[in-house]
Amino acid sequence: MGTLPYIAPEVLRGQKGDHLSDLWALGVLLYELAAGNLPFRGKTGFEVTSAILREPTPPLPTSVPPGLASVIQRCLSKERLERYQRASEVRVALEAVQGAVLQSRRPSDEARGPRMLVLRGMEHLKVKNADVLLLVGTNKGAFILRSSHDRAKWDVAGPYFHGQGIYSMAYDGRNGRNRLWVSANNMVWGTFLRSSDDFGRTWTNPVESNIRFPAESGASLKNIWQISMGRNDEPEKLYCGVEPAAIFESNDEGETWSLIRGLYDHAHRPRWMPSNGGLVLHTIVPDPSNKERIYTAISAGGVYRTDDGGKTWCARNTGVRVMFLPEKYPEFGQCVHKIVLHESKPERLFLQNHGWLYCSDNRGDSWQDISRGVPSDFGFAMLMHPHDPDCVYIIPVESEEFRCTPEGHLRVYRTRNAGGSWEALSRGLPQKGAYETVLRDALSTDSLDPAGIYFGTRSGKLYGSRDEGKSWKKIAEGLPQILCVKTAVVQMNGAPAQKPSSKPNPAKKQKAARAKSISRRK
Amino acid sequence: MQVIFNIPGPLREFTGNQRSVRVAVGDGANLLQALDALFQEFPGLHDRVLTETGEARRHVNLFVSNENVRFTGGLATPVPPGAEISIVPAISGG
Repeated sequence: MGTLPYIAPEVLRGQKGDHLSDLWALGVLLYELAAGNLPFRGKTGFEVTSAILREPTPPLPTSVPPGLASVIQRCLSKERLERYQRASEVRVALEAVQGAVLQSRRPSDEARGPRMLVLRGMEHLKVKNADVLLLVGTNKGAFILRSSHDRAKWDVAGPYFHGQGIYSMAYDGRNGRNRLWVSANNMVWGTFLRSSDDFGRTWTNPVESNIRFPAESGASLKNIWQISMGRNDEPEKLYCGVEPAAIFESNDEGETWSLIRGLYDHAHRPRWMPSNGGLVLHTIVPDPSNKERIYTAISAGGVYRTDDGGKTWCARNTGVRVMFLPEKYPEFGQCVHKIVLHESKPERLFLQNHGWLYCSDNRGDSWQDISRGVPSDFGFAMLMHPHDPDCVYIIPVESEEFRCTPEGHLRVYRTRNAGGSWEALSRGLPQKGAYETVLRDALSTDSLDPAGIYFGTRSGKLYGSRDEGKSWKKIAEGLPQILCVKTAVVQMNGAPAQKPSSKPNPAKKQKAARAKSISRRK
Repeated sequence: MQVIFNIPGPLREFTGNQRSVRVAVGDGANLLQALDALFQEFPGLHDRVLTETGEARRHVNLFVSNENVRFTGGLATPVPPGAEISIVPAISGG
């Protein structure tokens, strides 16, 4: 049988239930989700039964998109043969209304375009203050994971933006906001910047492209590779790094965007060479100590720095080698994969190059090789420790051709002396037959103490460590190819995220960590 | 004259969920003019069908009647009165 309000009329009449009775139950469930109450109600079982058998389905609220309403009505046909005949038909019908428009709730929504109800991944996250979020972009959609502050167990929601390539995600918690940003690349319909203020329940869907090249530039947007927040004391500011290589900036929380012309019109542009992924600007690092200074990295153009808020940009690649040009140390043209800095030491930068690792102590004016002690100096991802300016994480991959972890060992490498030496972190990571690749934005940290470190692989596995990399656990697997992993520690109503209480005995803590398995909610 | 646009599922949130919409265009209009009239009425379609440089997106196919306009003059393809114009995502994926 089942729960009374969900039972189909023919079953109540004593017939045997079948898949069409299940589609009725699905209709009841969808009705409940859309309307907030059951379609057939009563104080007693008799009244409920009578409503199911005889009452027409009550109309849905006008806020429910008409396409969705008609799907629900059809599932709730009293006559079995008037329902959809297969679950796959319902799925197709729901896909067609996935983009159903919800009524605008605020006038400012007009400018942002409709907000969309996401029907897929219906189980959204229930997020509380101080929760930790992992934003995981894959080549087939976005996933959001949530854990409480202990980072022991993760709920998963998604995929959002079903089938789309999610190259960048970001969390903006400045100024009391709780906004998620996503760059969603639809192979057919283009790339759009989308945001959600309710942790993924609804997303903006701009009427017009929010990031667009001016007509006279002759360029058209191929992809958005990076969404970067501005400095904390400029809470209205955001940046996007795009393909073809350019930076767009917003000074109104992401409402409107404009091209930074100084870089777009740079004299070097005609000689930048597209790398395997295209001519991509993938890294934007505002200097936390200087409002006029921003670093960026282009593949393959190299590192550029502005000291005047974006008006002019100078190449900053002295000492950085290239393997694909006859000149080994050109002024620009390097294929830089990532640069990072620590806010307490903003004059020092670390760089993962297309071959070789570097450090600069003078704002990128010159670079020193720090590749000694790694199994391969090739890699994509590089991560700054949130609290220790001498600590950097990388995940080396073998050689230009192979681009997988060396010898099938999945290992994160860490330096704690600014590149003087490197140590392998492998406890809990597979050390046999693990030919993995971690892409440039798929390594991330939360801001907690001890720091949580997370990374995702091209094979769809997500790993996490909550002891700064000492030990690792698989958080999820079977995801599509992971393109980016970002983190957030949620602060609601401006409440400060609670720091974990004073450091407990580390051994004891690790034991507790092992005892609590990281599990994925169904 | 009027022409009819067939709207694919993923774009219907920008047409109030309508599968096909009728728009009025001047006699002798070509496809680009017909699209302009469509975009006037449903602005959300513009950037999803065309790029910033005004070309049809690479994986968007446009058909006037049953003919893919790639073979009939692209956006300059003439549109006869009452023509059915279909916006169809190309076979693609990976």
